[in-house]
Amino acid sequence: MIDRYTSGERILHWLTAITFLLLAASGLAFFHPSMFWLANLLGGGTWARILHPFIGVVMFVAFLLMALKFWRHNVLSGNDRAWLGKIGDVIANRDDRAPPIGRYNPGQKILFWVLLASMIVLLVSGIALWRPYFAPLFSIGTIRFGALMHALSALVLILLVFVHIYSSFWVKGSTDAMLSGKVSRGWAKAHHPKWYEEATRK
Amino acid sequence: MALQSLDIERRSATTTPPPGAREQPQVAKLLDVSRCIGCKACQVACQEWNDLRSEVGHNVGVLDNPLDLDEHSWTVMRFAEVEPEGGNLEWLIRKDGCMHCADPGCLKACPAPGAIVQYSNGIVDFHQEHCIGCGYCVAGCPFDVPRISKKDNKAYKCTLCSDRVAVGLEPACVKSCPTGSIMFGTKEDMIHQAEGRVAELQQRGFANAGLYDPQGVGGTHVMYVLPHADRPEDYSGLPKDPTIAASVGAWKGPMKPVGLALLGLTALGAFVHYLKYGRKEIEHEADAGGERGQRGGA
Repeated sequence: MIDRYTSGERILHWLTAITFLLLAASGLAFFHPSMFWLANLLGGGTWARILHPFIGVVMFVAFLLMALKFWRHNVLSGNDRAWLGKIGDVIANRDDRAPPIGRYNPGQKILFWVLLASMIVLLVSGIALWRPYFAPLFSIGTIRFGALMHALSALVLILLVFVHIYSSFWVKGSTDAMLSGKVSRGWAKAHHPKWYEEATRK
Repeated sequence: MALQSLDIERRSATTTPPPGAREQPQVAKLLDVSRCIGCKACQVACQEWNDLRSEVGHNVGVLDNPLDLDEHSWTVMRFAEVEPEGGNLEWLIRKDGCMHCADPGCLKACPAPGAIVQYSNGIVDFHQEHCIGCGYCVAGCPFDVPRISKKDNKAYKCTLCSDRVAVGLEPACVKSCPTGSIMFGTKEDMIHQAEGRVAELQQRGFANAGLYDPQGVGGTHVMYVLPHADRPEDYSGLPKDPTIAASVGAWKGPMKPVGLALLGLTALGAFVHYLKYGRKEIEHEADAGGERGQRGGA
């Protein structure tokens, strides 16, 4: 087995994941009446309204610390453009036709940067909506624009995280990697061959 | 409160129709600005009927008192000194408060089921027991009317005395007005009343007198007779053509079904992908260096 994630990285990841689920549940409850029942997961509408921003700050901090650890691995480079050209083959499980990639594939890298961007937008716009503490400091026009941006970026975030979760199930062994921190040599060689070479060279 | 004698026409964050067998006449309050003397009896009557009392503030050198609407002051008199070009000084007094829009921005924005309702007679009412304190109504309102209480974080505003109207009484402010500047009745009657008054004012030299019943929000159930209807902004910033803000319209309009559809399509995509292609599994684990039988990644 090869080490892929330290315990610290895994703690940050799952802290982000759990807070994300609570935030998505309460956020979707405020977004559309058909999902208002999800507010019950946080103790009802008023509790959801109270807790959502605090949980949001926890998610942002956890994600930011994780991003500080991972950003270097997520800079687009090398074979990435060629790999993206073969995305159809990757989706169809014909990975052998795509060029070899390193620790993260370009899909994961793009996900990383869009997640980071949407979290920043969510934090900034969320502060303008945060009652009773910060919203009174902003003009109504700012709050309106903030609400729109908050909903838009949250939608992007939720859709991408959904893709992220499905991918971890799709690529067998990925969920275990984030749970145990280790991957098999076969997994590494098949999905991240250039990283496999680096990791085993040591 | 939801009273049996007032049927609910629209309910916040609710996607199914409310009970609608009964039809009720549309009501309206008509504020004839030209007859208002700024005595604030309506403010007092409002606080008295609703058992509210604003904190005693400080005199800042203007007659406005309190200076703004708050969770205890659901109506305030606003006094504006205006000098139109080439004209004389005008002292314009306007009773501010909820306009009870036919298309209420607060109700559109509210995410809490049943926290904001519109009765079939047109009154827009807040049910604080369902309010979650998010303040979206503040963002939704084109008139800057709802106020969030610092004590309980619930939203408050004029109810148009829905409790009184439900039992056949006029709102408290109407009852208290010493000059008859505030009138109440069916919307049809109030428009008729206003037309007569507007004609009168026009004869007396107020060429631009008119009725303020802004159609951008579907009309309102609180209307003004304005001697200068061509410049409503002069009446302490009454918006000329109020509408629900475009950002609120997008956020609480098309974005909701589009967002739901995108979520659904993504789930559908994953479902189809899984059944068509299945999971990425590694066929020849032995080739990879001999760690057989490892769970998960194997």
